[in-house]
Amino acid sequence: MATLKVAFAAAMLSLGMSATASAQTHYGIGRPATAAEIAGWNIDINREGTNLPPGSGNVAHGREVFEAQCSSCHGNKGEGGIGDKLVGGQGTLASAKPIKTVGSYWPYATTLFDYIRRAMPLNAPQSLSNDDVYALSAYLLSLNGIVPDTATLDAKSLAAIKMPNRDGFVADPRPDVKDKRCMKDCKP
Amino acid sequence: MDQKRKDSASRSRRRFLTDSTAIIGGAVAAAAAPAGALADDKAPSNGNLPPNVPEWMKAPGADVGSQPYGTPSPFEKNVIRNIPKNQPQYTSSASRTPIQDLDGIITPNGLFYERHHGGIPEIDPAQHRLMIHGLVDKPLVLTVEDVRRFPSQSRIHFLECSGNPSYTAMKGKTASDLVGLVSCGEWTGVPLKILLQEAGIKPGAKWVIAEGADAAAMTRSIPIEKCLDDAMIVYSQNGERLRPAQGYPLRVFLPGFEGNMNIKWVRRLHITDEPVYSREETSKYTDLLPSGKARQFTFYMEAKSIITRPSGTQKIEKGFNEITGIAWSGHGKIAKVDVSVDGGKSWKAATLQEPVLTRALTRFRLPWTWDGSPVVIMSRATDETGYVQPSFEELTKPRGLNSFYHNNAIMRWQIAANGEVTNGNA
Ligand code: HEC
Repeated sequence: MATLKVAFAAAMLSLGMSATASAQTHYGIGRPATAAEIAGWNIDINREGTNLPPGSGNVAHGREVFEAQCSSCHGNKGEGGIGDKLVGGQGTLASAKPIKTVGSYWPYATTLFDYIRRAMPLNAPQSLSNDDVYALSAYLLSLNGIVPDTATLDAKSLAAIKMPNRDGFVADPRPDVKDKRCMKDCKP
Repeated sequence: MDQKRKDSASRSRRRFLTDSTAIIGGAVAAAAAPAGALADDKAPSNGNLPPNVPEWMKAPGADVGSQPYGTPSPFEKNVIRNIPKNQPQYTSSASRTPIQDLDGIITPNGLFYERHHGGIPEIDPAQHRLMIHGLVDKPLVLTVEDVRRFPSQSRIHFLECSGNPSYTAMKGKTASDLVGLVSCGEWTGVPLKILLQEAGIKPGAKWVIAEGADAAAMTRSIPIEKCLDDAMIVYSQNGERLRPAQGYPLRVFLPGFEGNMNIKWVRRLHITDEPVYSREETSKYTDLLPSGKARQFTFYMEAKSIITRPSGTQKIEKGFNEITGIAWSGHGKIAKVDVSVDGGKSWKAATLQEPVLTRALTRFRLPWTWDGSPVVIMSRATDETGYVQPSFEELTKPRGLNSFYHNNAIMRWQIAANGEVTNGNA
């Protein structure tokens, strides 16, 4: 048995392989991804909007698409229904009844494009054209008073929008509670 | 009659026999009642009890292989997922593990909690690909078989939804209603680190954005430190391939991190210098504070425990009762679980059942004799970092009531003089 092991290790070394599998960093498994494959799948839009696609859409067109494809779940004016409320709530976050919406809570407008394109409408995601997604973003932002109702959005103008709650997020400070392990005469 | 039809005919005859016997025997009622009632010696016997020979000893049982994939006894038909009623839609919704009906630390695959945002896709593994791109030397496309060729690893870990429960929804009747968005299993897959090394990470890589191949194209950013530590790309749970509801054929697994980040049906890993700030890490899964600011990237699930027996809707008898439950921490091993049977005035250390594993459910037990007077019982976990599971009062001091996620407060059960157990969270 011991001889076998030695022989095996020697064989591995002579093949130029590392004797321990964990030290190996390249297995030669899989194939390269092509630029076209990556472009087709990569729909991530970061907060700078660097990956936003060409195209544009205005508030008026966004209203039409919304009424046709979104209002059944989100209400005629984005007031909510089966799907989340999409409008209002600015100034409520520090209250006892905060209302978190695109307008009051979302830090980046680029996320709106990203999310609508990948996940909405709930029953037919990734079915909208980029122009329609720009238009819907414009419409929802106008309902929230963030862009005028004459606005047209494209990659550049969408990325330039400063959302009301942009600076509303802080890092995780936990553990934020340090309770003691009391065993006797504890405060119930 | 071909063999298959004959088999199913004899199976249904057998089932008929079992069912009718059950009805005569009143065992249907027993099956519908909580576990404790099954032992009721006063149930009508139908001649199966001593000194008689039970009828299932007088004829052969079902044929070997009569169930190609086995299912639980029909008498356990009520041990099922806890599915909310009357939701307007079930595409983006959740179902819970019936933790009060389970023993040990492993959740059966069919009872894993679910939280899906775009339903459960049915993915043909031959048509599924995992793409790794971004800040890498060599962008890769891997088949599911490719992923299975890499060195593998199996580890037991819990998985928990971060909204388990929210701070204003602690009124549930059962343990499952309260914290049933937790499950635990043995996960097999490849360390994510190995896949990232295969693609070759470039300097400046700080985040990995994982995306699912579901209708939500669920997207979360994972810090690179976690990806190079204990993160995995998983293909099996509890020995068999992932269930569709758990991400078949591939999912991300991040021990101790909130469930949502463990991207199911993963199809893409995008290596970047910044988080993507997806909807699920801005609009949702952020913890709003009384100040109006919200905590973001709150990944770890902190130490938590709950007594699963006795627990809500169960009924106990005077005399000996074992108190048992589960404890877990995203920060490592459970070090201690204490139990109070006097509303939190005094506590006793429970016994921890081996194995006590890192970021896994840990079963605890405490023998107890109940004198029949009304009491409030509760458990409190301490993890290996020394962190102590807090009371709801302490937890909500910094967080208020609108933080929604990461509520790990102590849960209380009220036991009335008649032995009935109800939610004791005031
Ligand atoms: C069939 C119902 C339905 C339709 C149609 C629908 N949505 Fe939704 N929408 C939902 C649900 C449900 C959610 C919450 C999903 C979740 O949390 O997983 C949601 C979430 C959203 C959100 C995120 C809200 C937040 O604050 O996080 C936005 C934005 C949105 N939808 C926009 C749209 C747009 C634009 C359309 C039309 C193109 C649309 N939706 C069509 C049901 C729907």
